[in-house]
Order: sequence, then structure tokens, then C-alpha cells
Amino acid sequence: MKTSIRIAAGQGFWGDLQRAPVDQVTHGQIDYLVMDYLAEVTMSIMQKQKQKDPALGYARDFVSVIEKILPDLMSKNIKVIANAGGVNPFACRDAVLEVAKKLGITGLKIGVVHGDDILKRLPEFLETGIELENMDTGESIWKVQHRLLSANVYFGAFPIVEALDQGAQIVITGRCTDTGLTLAPMIHEFGWKNDDWDLLAAGTVAGHILECGAQASGGNFLGDWKSVPDFANIGFPIAEAHPDGTFIITKHESLGGLVNTMTVKEQLLYEIGDPTQYIGPDVVADFTSIQVEDAGENRVKVFGIKGRPNTPFYKVSASYEDGYFSSSTLVYSWPDAAEKAKAAGEILKKRLDLLGFQFDEYNAEYIGMNSCHGHLADKVEDYPEVMLRVSVRGSDKKSMTGFGMEIAPLILTGPPAVTGFAGGRPKPSDIVAYWPALIPKTVISPKVEVTG
Amino acid sequence: MKTIRLFDIAHGRSGDKGDTSNIGIIARKPEFYPILVETLTPETVKSWFGPICKGKVERFELPNIQALNFLLHEALGGGGTVTLKLDAQGKTMAAALLKMEIQVPDELEV
Repeated sequence: MKTSIRIAAGQGFWGDLQRAPVDQVTHGQIDYLVMDYLAEVTMSIMQKQKQKDPALGYARDFVSVIEKILPDLMSKNIKVIANAGGVNPFACRDAVLEVAKKLGITGLKIGVVHGDDILKRLPEFLETGIELENMDTGESIWKVQHRLLSANVYFGAFPIVEALDQGAQIVITGRCTDTGLTLAPMIHEFGWKNDDWDLLAAGTVAGHILECGAQASGGNFLGDWKSVPDFANIGFPIAEAHPDGTFIITKHESLGGLVNTMTVKEQLLYEIGDPTQYIGPDVVADFTSIQVEDAGENRVKVFGIKGRPNTPFYKVSASYEDGYFSSSTLVYSWPDAAEKAKAAGEILKKRLDLLGFQFDEYNAEYIGMNSCHGHLADKVEDYPEVMLRVSVRGSDKKSMTGFGMEIAPLILTGPPAVTGFAGGRPKPSDIVAYWPALIPKTVISPKVEVTG
Repeated sequence: MKTIRLFDIAHGRSGDKGDTSNIGIIARKPEFYPILVETLTPETVKSWFGPICKGKVERFELPNIQALNFLLHEALGGGGTVTLKLDAQGKTMAAALLKMEIQVPDELEV
């Protein structure tokens, strides 16, 4: 058994720095590269892509990343785990195999974790009384059944472990927890059991720290952003994991960024609820047990983590169509920048009302004044310039399209010294809303397929 | 007593879960943690955000990392992809809380 492994974060979301995974495999030693591609509503975008073309529906970025790093992966024996499969993990695998063929690389073993996509199984669940009640509102999924775009179960680390145990060098999953990507190699390498709660919790916490990429290594660091060296070449975080569950968060020395107890603590608190119960499919981790200690330059030791048995449920992430959104901006300069922006927002609202348009919501914001902090923003006597941002939400397509035609006219028919209307008439875009639910683990079975 | 901003003794990060804003606030030094616990109650945080937070405020303590975690319910205009707010995910909410001015003893070194 290895005494430690280095797991490197390569992507914090679909669209993150394309350079990061390349840097992780070329600027120092790592054993695993883990990449998170799936935000809450990403699956719906992928379902739409798959509807248009059955060969799509996964993160195509992943394939181009693999093309850049595959020779290094092979020569250095680095394994990759990514939830890049979206709603079409086999198509993603085939695309990666195609890349390998193009590069003349043979013998690549790829694991696919699937079985998370339950969209087509919903009628079966509803018939048996599994209503996938919304965790926020308690409503049955019946309510949005005909507008559903995607429905996926969050798998944990164990299906990935199975693929690694079968010798996969690249593991592609559909919906899987971000933390499971990091926990899986620890279970695989250190032989942790499925009831080693403290160890599983430790791996989960490591995953939580890595899952947003550079947010643990100096990115978005509110503590002291000016102290972060070389943002341009920011290094993504690396977890050096040990069999006893302790781990060090660090980064490659030759890259920019910053890892200290402050950057790690900020990420620990990111998007958590009750810290005593951070619930995942494999374990319930207690964030109030985490100890964080300075262990040298750009090295932070994390230890002491406690966990409790997992729950009998998987979390489900479903998405559904919920009307349209449209937004546009105009910039008003001195004099009376704030007053003019506000007046323009009111004039627009009145015109939309006179046209009889219907919206579920109309919102005017004043960027430069208070769009972020509302009444908490400091008042300024005379603003040099203010950007008006108007947004609408609704289900009536005619009103939504009509809104887009009323912005530009404000320039010649409203308050003066106005500019910044770019990009033409805003077109309504589809709103995809999120439906969180739970499902009994007994009705779901993760599937693993390793080929090559 | 002297007036300082919370930002002088704390830092943090914020994000979203649906229509709930999650704000993590961390003491810059362990000795500042009791000040955070005393100053940032669910009531004072709810009152600070006023009309921005329409629901309740929950507070969780993490003495192990000298931090507090807040959940501000109904604070993101419907949340997620539905909200019309520019700061749809409440990414700037931690900064908004750290603007708060508080009274501390003159001898406190910040």
C-alpha cells in the first residue's frame, strides 16, 4: 500500500481555466487528476445538446484537455477521474478513445460510471409512490413532470473505486458528487472500507476543498487577495493524502497562487449548510471536527475529521423548464447619472405596462451604485456614471420578445448622456429551474464498465 | 471603545443553495472569534441585511476553525437560475456582512 498519494484538482466547473489540468500534470508529480464539470443545471444543457445530436451531451472540453495531456498521463502513469460524462458518458468515452487513436496511444483503459440518469424511469417511480418531493417546497415532481429536462442521482465514490480496481486509467462519470472524485482514489489506494466513517469523511472534506479548483489556492480570496502571487499562472490545489485520513493541501511550487490556512478555511465554508452534517452518498462528515494547521509554505495540514454513517437516500438533481429570462443594460454618465438611470428604469416599466406586456417579475438594478449590496452600499453625492440593468422573467413569449425591442429606443427618447447599448436586442433565453429531491438507494444501482 | 469594520478582524466567502445565501465568516486571529460569536447573532445579521433577506437567518458555530456559518433564507430573489439579481449566487454577500461596523475595546490590536 502506498503511504501517500497526490490528488490534483484540474477544473472547478465546466468552463474553468483550460490550462489548469495541463499545468497540474507538467509542473510536478501527481498521481491523480480530478475534474469537476457539473453544476446544478449543467445536466439540462447537456440533455438539450443530446436531443439535437445523440453523439453529444457531455463536456467536450474534457476531450480537448485529454488530447493535450494524454501522452503525459501514459508516461507518468497519472489517473484521471472526471464527471465529464454528463448525460452521455459512453459518447464521452468514445471521443476520448478517438483521441487516443489519433495520438497513436494503445492499451488505454477507460471506466464509465453510469446508471445515474433516471429521467426515463420517473413514471416507474411515480407509479410505486416515489414522488421525488422537492426538498425546499415538499411538492411532488408530478407538478413539473411534463417540463422536466433532466433527472440524475448523485453517486458517491464507490462506483469510481470499482472502475479503478478494474484498472481504469481514466474514469468518466455522469452525475457524481464533486467530493466523490477525490475520495475514490483514497479508498482505492488505501483499502478503506465502506464503513470507515472517519476516513470516508476525511476524503470527503479533501474533495470539498478541491472541488472548486483555485478557490482553495488563492482564487476569490477575500482574506487578502493582494497577497496572492502571480494570479496569471495560478496553481490549482493538490491534496497529499495519507492512509490515516490526514492530508496536506498544497500546490505546485513553480505555479502562482497561495495556499494557507485562510484560503483553505474560506473554501471549507463555501456552500455548506449545517456543518455538523455535511451529507453525501458515502458518509455524513462533521465539519466541526476539522483541524487546520500551517505546515510550511503553501502547505496546510488537515486532520482530526469525524464522520457518521451515510443515509438510506441518494440526492437527486432534476431540472425543468420554467419560462424565459431577458436582460439588458445602458450606461448613464454625469450629470445626474443615478437619477437618470432610475428615471430610465421607470420610463421603461411604464412603456412595457402601456403595451400590455405581462411578466412574472421586473427588476431594475444600478451597477456602480448598489446592485451588489443594496441599501448597505455607501451613498455617493454625485456618481460619475451608473449602469442601468433591467431584467424580466415570464412565460409569455410575446412580452419577453417585446421587452427586447424597448431598450434601444430609450437612448433617443429618454434621459441624456447615455451609451453602452451593445450586442443588439436582447433575446429571451430559457430558464431552467432546479428540483432537488431524495430517492431511496434501494431502487438505484450504479453501473460500472471498464473497457480497453 | 473604538469603531472598526468586521472586515478588520474577519474574512469570509459566500455562495448559494437555491434561494438560500450561505455566508462563512472566519476570525483573522483566534482571539477575535469570541467577538464574532457575540456580535454576529442571527438577529443582528437578519437586521443588518434588512429587506435583502426575506426569510430567517440560521447560524452555525465552527470553533475548530474560528468561524461562523450563516444561512440566509429567501435572500437571492428566488435563487439559482430563476433570480433576476445581478449577484444571482450571492457571491458578494460575505463582503456585505464584513462591512458592518462594530465597537471593540481600544486596546484590541487589529
